[in-house]
Amino acid sequence: MISLLQGTQRDARIVPEPSPDEGYVSNVQQHAQSMIDVQHLTKTFGKDIAVDDVSFQVDQGEIFGFLGPNGAGKTTTMRMLCCLISKTTGDAHISGFDIGNPADSLQIRKMIGLVPDAVGLYEELSAYDNLDFYGKLYECTEPQRKANIEKFLTMLDLWDKRDQPVGNFSKGMKQKVAVARALVHDPAVLFMDEPTANLDPESSKVVTDFILELRREGKTIFLNTHNLDEAQRMCDRIGILKTSLLTVNTPDELRKAVWGSNTVIQLADVDDTIISAVQSLNPKNLVRDGNQFTFAVDDPLADNPKFVQAIVAAGGRIQYVTQLNPALEETYLRIIQETR
Amino acid sequence: MRLSKAWLIASKDFMIFWKKPTILYSLVFFELLMSLGFPFLVKYIVSRTSNLAVIGARIDAFSFWFAIGAAILPVGIASYSLVGEKLQQSLEPLLAAPVTDGEILVGKGIAAFLPAIVSSYVSAVPFMVLVDVFVHGTFHHLYYPNWNIGVILLLLAPLVSLFSVAANVLISSRSGDVRTAQQLGTAIPMLPLIAIYLLTEARVITLTLSTLLVIGAVLAVLDVLTISAAIGSFRRDVILTEWT
Repeated sequence: MISLLQGTQRDARIVPEPSPDEGYVSNVQQHAQSMIDVQHLTKTFGKDIAVDDVSFQVDQGEIFGFLGPNGAGKTTTMRMLCCLISKTTGDAHISGFDIGNPADSLQIRKMIGLVPDAVGLYEELSAYDNLDFYGKLYECTEPQRKANIEKFLTMLDLWDKRDQPVGNFSKGMKQKVAVARALVHDPAVLFMDEPTANLDPESSKVVTDFILELRREGKTIFLNTHNLDEAQRMCDRIGILKTSLLTVNTPDELRKAVWGSNTVIQLADVDDTIISAVQSLNPKNLVRDGNQFTFAVDDPLADNPKFVQAIVAAGGRIQYVTQLNPALEETYLRIIQETR
Repeated sequence: MRLSKAWLIASKDFMIFWKKPTILYSLVFFELLMSLGFPFLVKYIVSRTSNLAVIGARIDAFSFWFAIGAAILPVGIASYSLVGEKLQQSLEPLLAAPVTDGEILVGKGIAAFLPAIVSSYVSAVPFMVLVDVFVHGTFHHLYYPNWNIGVILLLLAPLVSLFSVAANVLISSRSGDVRTAQQLGTAIPMLPLIAIYLLTEARVITLTLSTLLVIGAVLAVLDVLTISAAIGSFRRDVILTEWT
């Protein structure tokens, strides 16, 4: 586990775009290069430690996936970052603003959007009125509100239903309205807690495609999710939390850190000459399963051709060569199991 | 404290109440009962006695219901407003918006207070007119307007409403059920006032101007205490983690 924990967090790299908010420049200069910068963040409820000494950074325009079992502290972390609950110790900054500073917390809330676990819409009001209310709360001008509401409801295929009470909507439609609500003020950072939970595959795809579109627009997205397939497809980096942060890395690097780089070579036939040829290159963790070899390599691009050449020289007929890529789900489960 | 934000939250609640017939019906029914029912009871009493002191005492006792109503009417609204937000789980996105806890609390307070006070005032007009019509022949002068109804409407009703709203915030913070919040929220502010009404009917006390002012002073103290407690219970940390 030590190898997973080491060297996984990286330095902040991108300075966010200036904003007209007063005090912003000095805040940025003092604190942040990353859009989200979390240092030793801890939250306790009485004697219970909900989040323990968590540190990570999220860059502008990045989708950061936050994974972990139920009760791991994902929602508590998100709520602290959204200034919904106070931290116990540690520091966190959103675009340079300190979540622990009451004066900064209003600035943070202006620049973030939240899609909570429960959609929390006003069921008696129409989709348009729900969004319009939040647009006003975020002090958007009327033209801004109208333009953004039309833009996001159209993108999410709900514009035709804008005047219907959301109480009549399906779960998927409500989720889309909740996503649009979080975006109506054009936030720089979007916090999403299980945005596709309980959605049918079609609605889920609309929401995930929409999230990817938001990344293309440069928004920073912090995604709490249990959907590992979704995390693998969407997230630039993933943090795995179980009260404390177990690891942060890209999905590929995470897999590599857990499983290494495993090459699979499938042959038409295997004889002793071929086995000797393969063994002569001293592969790590060599496993033969019928006509298939699986082994670990340090550098697939450099090492794989050597094995191919050796096998061909020994008279072997290769059917395919591939890298073994365990799904993120297997990687995640292994990391979680190792902490038990 | 930005009142514009508080008003925005209250306006949103007004839009919701407008679409909830149960809230509207309860407001209209109660006010109709007070504005039309009591004058006809006065008319009945006048037909049975010509004792001006008795008639005056009954009218004053009935008029005290405008204070009691100001305790009851905000309850339906406040309990829907706060418990409704809890049940719809809409507090989290609201708290994530750039509004302070105080602005949300004041917005919720306005949403419960204003309809109750406005409807009390509106229903007081036909009450006073009808009572004057029914007793003018007996008293040979207009009974209303007088100082008592002025104190009840302009002092007691707002103080009682504020107490009711603050008590409801406290109750809602501990209750996840609209019905329980409504029952407790109705009982707690209303019972002392009902007790005063019953003591009046039993002729233990008389609702003179000085009695009403003493009640007003006690209510003002209660308001300060309950509003302080309500503000203490309405903190985002507490709302999201401790409200059951």
